[in-house]
Amino acid sequence: MRKDKKRNLHRVWQVVISSFVTVVIIALLVFVTVGRDIPVLNPQGLIAEQERNLIIITTAMGLFVVIPVFIMLFAVAWRYRASNRRAIYRPDFESHRGFEALWWGIPCVIIIILGIITVVSTHALDPYKPLDSNVKPVKVQVIAMEWKWLFIYPDKGIATLNYLNIPKDTPIDFTITSDAPMNSLWIPALAGQVYAMSGMSTQLHLMANSVGTYNGTSSNISGDGFADMTFKVNSMNESDFTTWATTSTTSRNILTQDEYKTLSVPSHNNPETTYMLMDTSLYNEVIMKYMSPGGQSSDASNTDASGAKR
Amino acid sequence: MLSDWQQLIFGRLTASDFVHDPIMAGAGIGMAGALVLAMIGLTYFKKWKWLWQNWITSLDPKKIGVMYIVVAVIMLLRGLADALLLRAQQITNGSTEVLTSDHFQQIFSAHGTIMIFFVAMGLIFGIFNLIIPAQIGARDVAFPFLNSVSFWLFAAGMILINAPLIVGEFSTAGWLAYPPLSELQYSPGVGVDYWIWSLQIAGIGSLLSGINFFVTILKMRAPGMTMMKMPIFVWSALSSLSLVMFAFPILTATLGMLSLDRLMGMHFFTSGAGGNPMLYVNLIWAWGHPEVYILALPAFGIFSEIVATFSGKRLFGYKSMVVALIAITVLSFTVWLHHFFTMGAGADVNTFFGIMTMVIAIPTGVKVFNWIFTMYRGRVRFTTPMLWFMGFIVTFTLGGLTGVLMSVPAADFQFHNSLFLVAHFHNMIVGGVVFGVFAGVTYWFPKFTGFTLNERLGKYAFWLWIVGFLLAFVPLYILGFMGATRRLDHYDPSLGWQGLFIVAGVGVLLICLGVAFQVLQVIVSIKQRKENRVGSDPWNGRTLEWATASPPEEYNFAVIPTVTTRDAFWEMKKAKHHEVTPEYADIWVPKRSGVGAIIGLLSLIFGLAIIWHIIWLVVVSFIAIVVAIIMRVTSDDTEEKISAAAITKREMNRSAA
Repeated sequence: MRKDKKRNLHRVWQVVISSFVTVVIIALLVFVTVGRDIPVLNPQGLIAEQERNLIIITTAMGLFVVIPVFIMLFAVAWRYRASNRRAIYRPDFESHRGFEALWWGIPCVIIIILGIITVVSTHALDPYKPLDSNVKPVKVQVIAMEWKWLFIYPDKGIATLNYLNIPKDTPIDFTITSDAPMNSLWIPALAGQVYAMSGMSTQLHLMANSVGTYNGTSSNISGDGFADMTFKVNSMNESDFTTWATTSTTSRNILTQDEYKTLSVPSHNNPETTYMLMDTSLYNEVIMKYMSPGGQSSDASNTDASGAKR
Repeated sequence: MLSDWQQLIFGRLTASDFVHDPIMAGAGIGMAGALVLAMIGLTYFKKWKWLWQNWITSLDPKKIGVMYIVVAVIMLLRGLADALLLRAQQITNGSTEVLTSDHFQQIFSAHGTIMIFFVAMGLIFGIFNLIIPAQIGARDVAFPFLNSVSFWLFAAGMILINAPLIVGEFSTAGWLAYPPLSELQYSPGVGVDYWIWSLQIAGIGSLLSGINFFVTILKMRAPGMTMMKMPIFVWSALSSLSLVMFAFPILTATLGMLSLDRLMGMHFFTSGAGGNPMLYVNLIWAWGHPEVYILALPAFGIFSEIVATFSGKRLFGYKSMVVALIAITVLSFTVWLHHFFTMGAGADVNTFFGIMTMVIAIPTGVKVFNWIFTMYRGRVRFTTPMLWFMGFIVTFTLGGLTGVLMSVPAADFQFHNSLFLVAHFHNMIVGGVVFGVFAGVTYWFPKFTGFTLNERLGKYAFWLWIVGFLLAFVPLYILGFMGATRRLDHYDPSLGWQGLFIVAGVGVLLICLGVAFQVLQVIVSIKQRKENRVGSDPWNGRTLEWATASPPEEYNFAVIPTVTTRDAFWEMKKAKHHEVTPEYADIWVPKRSGVGAIIGLLSLIFGLAIIWHIIWLVVVSFIAIVVAIIMRVTSDDTEEKISAAAITKREMNRSAA
């Protein structure tokens, strides 16, 4: 009798402690989360918005399995605890066709539905797919460098370093390459990411819905200054963008081949810069230099065979 | 002239390579100091002979298994220390400049590599060594000497990956060293070479082990144990080992090509001159994804044994479980591209790999339901292994949910390489593999020592781990949604990420505290071993390993059991037939051999020589390895007899005691 009482007290104590810990954890997480910008869940662009919706639908479908699993896990474990002598004990109960059919079947159905969602969404949100819009897209060529981003507007005759201005409600057509180790261009508020790889050109299409400033980053480790490969994306009204583009063509910074070479030297935290674009085929040249045999990337030319540090 | 000679003798090794910044030097000196201290201790207590005869030269898989686990636990401590440093850097956001970005990058590269190759793999192979022979009613593995070679290659790789703490530097290219970053152009130093050769050497060890245990399971089962009567852990191991045999050659070849690029100036993966880094990314994940299942499947097997034993009930849906294991094994080779949906492969390719990934969730889900239904109508005892099981289902299911989320390519574009991804795979590997091993070690500990681990301390450790785990990784999911990418040594403070990093850091501290309790648990249990001494079958087990003595004799079974059903030992206990004193026969066991350790040592020298371009030493050590192998394989004197009389005496003594 006394033992029972002691055990009950112990159990109450356990419940109190675990509830307290749970509350503290949740409060702590809420405290450090509220008020912060969560771009993936608070998208500002057409593509990111659809991706957010996709994330929510998929999570909901997943919870359809996960929640019953949790309920079953704890219900069964509690019910069949060794001390509960009222529960049926059947040590040889080892298979049940009905049950097993159920849990091969239900996940299959969910995966079929998810599979259909995947087929549709993967094609709809293919980063290579141009966006439907009446507005003429703005072309931007992106070069990931050690350790900065160069954005070229070939049709405007300008280029920017470490920042990107775009008109809102206008499709932006990115072509992306790298003059550095592999990077990944990611502007979470506007769209998911695509790799930037040297000697290759990848594509990304996105459109901002509203005026604002968003964060862009590289999500793939690319060497010493990787953490500094961040940039701001300013989404602005059409007219503001046109004004900016026009005034920028008179920038005193001129992006020639020589200037690009200087820029290619590895560096961190380069200030935002606007260039007037002299060499309009720069993007292609950057790709092509990786194509020639023994070209710029040939290892021997940069380091001696013993691998002395640069 | 002098420098020419110097280069001929020392390659590119110079005195300045021994100079490190304070933290690394501290770690290096600490490790070297611990080693020296251990050596002094061995000398003082006159234990060298004991170490050599009982451990280093042992070909007994039970001894080798213990050594695997000891090495893995030491590496777990190193990996945890790395994790602490990473979080410390992110919490202070680079303001204190504890670490330079170069050092930070070395640490996360080392953390990932060590945790996968030298912790998870070591723990899993340790458990294979300890459990597989006993569970299938065998006395040994198929190739006992090869087993020793595998372990010593693993140990050589382990030493090599820690060597940069003392000489040189480690890779800064992440745990998978994507080119072109890992190519000469961007990483000319020794770091990537350390990475390549420690994995190459340990990887060959893993491959040899894979073959060894695969053959052991296929050829050495006790009479009557057909495939469908094998314990489920053995099935999970068989699946995992077949993955090892198919996947590890890919790793060996990939690392081989990368090292040719770096040593000979070739262009497999360079970003110019005809090389293609995308090829590397495909190849490394063609190994890397199966690798996840190489680790996870045995953990599934461990949990299957534990949940059946502690529910006092047969495993529910044995056939389903086997089908699910085989399905996962096959499917794991069809999903590698989901690690880089963002490479621009096109919608059709991404769709295919996305759907294949989701399909894996089906057999995995079936396993979860079967585990739950093993408890159904059982009598569940909530010992520490069962707590780990419950914790595993919770974390693993959550990890599965986030995994399915990332298997949808268009959603993955927003998660790829973010901290969301980092949280996901820690959910799977820590919540799945590591919890599984903890459960397994607690469960099988009394089998190999004769006494149980302290339950109370084990439970404290579990609760610290599970709370710490949630605190450490839930913030990372949130940070992922906020756009935080992995591997950042600093970030814009105005983003407000610091609080979440602090919470995550507190989580890591709790996990460390949990580990401290586990260490304490082992120490206290050893001290109280007299009180905790148990018989050969403390948990009312079901499979053959519980039929052996605790600790088992070198030969496991004096008489090889004959199996007629699944859960062979459970059925034997039920049948309760009175054993007539069995007829013992002579048993041949492998002789001790130091050649495995010597090959390991030579491989270590070979690795160091090739990393530092000391050509003469590369040649010498390679020839020495070949000679050692030839001498061993041409020797006939490899086994020794334990006579029937000696066995009778040992068995009698034990039953008398």
